[in-house]
Amino acid sequence: MSFQFDTQRIKTDVLVIGGGTAGTMAAIKAKQANPDAAVLILEKANIRRSGAIAMGMDGVNTAVIPGFSTPEQYVREVTIANDGIVNQKAVLQTGQLGFETIQELERWGVRFQKDPQGNYDVKQVHRVGKYVLPMPEGKDLKQILTRQVKRHKVIVTNRVMATRVLVSDRRAIGAVGFDVRNGNFVVIQAKAVILCTGACGRLGLPASGYLYGTYENPTNAGDGYSMAFHAGAELANLECFQINPLIKDYNGPACAYVAGPFGAYTANAEGNRFINCDYWSGQMMLEVWKELNSGKGPIQLTMTHLDDDTIAEIESVLWANERPSRERFHQGRSENYRTHGVEMNISEIGLCSGHSASGVWVNERAETSIPGLYAAGDMANVPHNYMIGAFVYGRVAGINAIDYIQNLDHLEPDADALEAERQRIYQPLNQPNGIPHTQVEYKLRRLVNDYLQPPKSGNKMEIGLNHFVRYQETLDQMEAADPHELMRCMEVHFIRDCAEMAARASLYRRESRWGLYHYRLDYPEKNQEEWFCHVHLKRSGSGEMELFKRSIEPYIIEVDLQREVYDVAVK
Amino acid sequence: MALINQRVEVPVIVDESKCLEKCTACIEVCPLDVLAKNPETGKAYMKYDECWFCLPCEKECPTNAITVQIPFLLR
Ligand SMILES: Cc1cc2nc3c(=O)[nH]c(=O)nc-3n(C[C@H](O)[C@H](O)[C@H](O)COP(=O)(O)OP(=O)(O)OC[C@H]3O[C@@H](n4cnc5c(N)ncnc54)[C@H](O)[C@@H]3O)c2cc1C
Ligand code: SF4
Ligand code: SF4
Repeated sequence: MSFQFDTQRIKTDVLVIGGGTAGTMAAIKAKQANPDAAVLILEKANIRRSGAIAMGMDGVNTAVIPGFSTPEQYVREVTIANDGIVNQKAVLQTGQLGFETIQELERWGVRFQKDPQGNYDVKQVHRVGKYVLPMPEGKDLKQILTRQVKRHKVIVTNRVMATRVLVSDRRAIGAVGFDVRNGNFVVIQAKAVILCTGACGRLGLPASGYLYGTYENPTNAGDGYSMAFHAGAELANLECFQINPLIKDYNGPACAYVAGPFGAYTANAEGNRFINCDYWSGQMMLEVWKELNSGKGPIQLTMTHLDDDTIAEIESVLWANERPSRERFHQGRSENYRTHGVEMNISEIGLCSGHSASGVWVNERAETSIPGLYAAGDMANVPHNYMIGAFVYGRVAGINAIDYIQNLDHLEPDADALEAERQRIYQPLNQPNGIPHTQVEYKLRRLVNDYLQPPKSGNKMEIGLNHFVRYQETLDQMEAADPHELMRCMEVHFIRDCAEMAARASLYRRESRWGLYHYRLDYPEKNQEEWFCHVHLKRSGSGEMELFKRSIEPYIIEVDLQREVYDVAVK
Repeated sequence: MALINQRVEVPVIVDESKCLEKCTACIEVCPLDVLAKNPETGKAYMKYDECWFCLPCEKECPTNAITVQIPFLLR
């Protein structure tokens, strides 16, 4: 087959890449800040139903609501949960701006749970403090956001995938990508670029072996991590993996955050509790791992002791929001919460700051280390940021980008760089007898499991790293039959970059931290003296991955890390 | 390189008798872009086995023509 593709050139003031949770909010806020600015969302899918919240959400995990908790308490809890490795100023933004964000979402028609008196019905799931606000009617979140995007006259280009951020004069000046349906080459010039492409959810291979049976929406393949790296931006704490306790095989949340406040709990096969808190943390995951390896597993989320009405209420939330196909999964196995526990397992690894702390470095203004390049949401390094953090950082990025572009002109991208990227993108279409991208991806992610799934060991990870570096040669042999397959091939490139970054960062930090997320068998202890710091990674002048330590930003809220250790084991 | 096509059971089933020729709702919303129209019949079908069993296709279909099953490997 021979292909003929056109080149499409677009100019905008602010370019938002990824129209999910953070991206739609960033674009809306940019327009609110300056209605005359041209704001464009570039989206690989269709913003109406894309990303993590394609089917809504069943709750806000990190809501700081006056009367229930304070921003300072929130910062303290995240600092302790993340073993002290935080920029507290960045975390504080989520604590301070979250409530305003919830109120604005409410004005737009998003419904949050209230008690009969009309107060927010906030639940305790965290170790200390109440932060979980249920959204039993949260299923239409994405359509509501899409309506606001249109109302604010944001321009949306769906089904175009970005592959590289353009940089000139050490500032971000646009992006390149292609239309995943007609294959056209797309070049966008912008004065500021906001990356909102979500987690790297296709890094490890799920135990089922199904490439798309991931926890994260599999369209989020680490695109933004890789694009930020190639643009020269710094990434932080990539060794702090995302690993979740999930419904075995189904690989989605069970979900203890919904069922816990009704009385459900996680138990081992003997029916005993082994964790005293269901909030997801590396420390909790380590307890899960130990339990599964102790002979007392498997483990399950237990609801059989609850009465029928309560279970029916839990089901009505879980079957309608977020991952509604949970219902047919259980039905297919003739399992019912009234009679069966939900068998849980440890997920494959990913990179995500929404759930843990691996992401592109940003400060409290959502600025990356490259002027004009912003990042928000799961890919931006603000620990445990979840959905509200994505909205908050979308807001912050949108407003600051508008401020930044005043008096800036567009820059013409370098013609050679554009041509090189065009060659790179279309290469898989020119080798009809190449290796199918599905096999290339399967093997890459299987190697990720073999060498990076914790517990980690230096010797193993060195072998893995070698595989990932050499894998570039395999990628060069990939074939694609159409623009859709080309999208998958480009994603495999992103996954390979993320695998190499995850291996290098994990080898660099020679200690154990964050429970299972960075549990090294060869350095099993936490070493505060040498490793109470961030690990940053960036592209060196010669294109290599360079790693270095960055000291922790001075705390603005006092936390005694000696005394307050995050420990959720049942003693 | 020698290549073959292997058969797989796909998770998304379209009831062709209910699928409207002029409609593309499911195709437009799928976050993985795995649905397409069969040019011969004008009916939707699953073209790529890359499904997150997330259900927007099913929810947005005006005639309930779509059934999403949990992919075989996970079921
Ligand atoms: C199953 C699940 C359950 C969760 N439950 C909760 C919960 O109950 N409470 C809570 O607070 N949080 C929850 N979270 C976390 C929360 O949903 C995320 O933190 C948040 O939605 C992340 O927003 P985001 O904007 O970073 O990513 P997304 O909303 O996923 O958006 C990323 C967007 O970028 C697009 N994109 C990706 N790559 C490209 C590219 N190269 N070019 C163009 N576009 C691209 C994608 O299509 C997508 O639209 C959950 C997450 C998951 C996956
Ligand atoms: S379930 Fe989701 S991924 Fe699968 S076809 Fe439907 S919309 Fe696409
Ligand atoms: S949404 Fe339903 S009717 Fe429309 S194309 Fe898809 S299957 Fe056919």
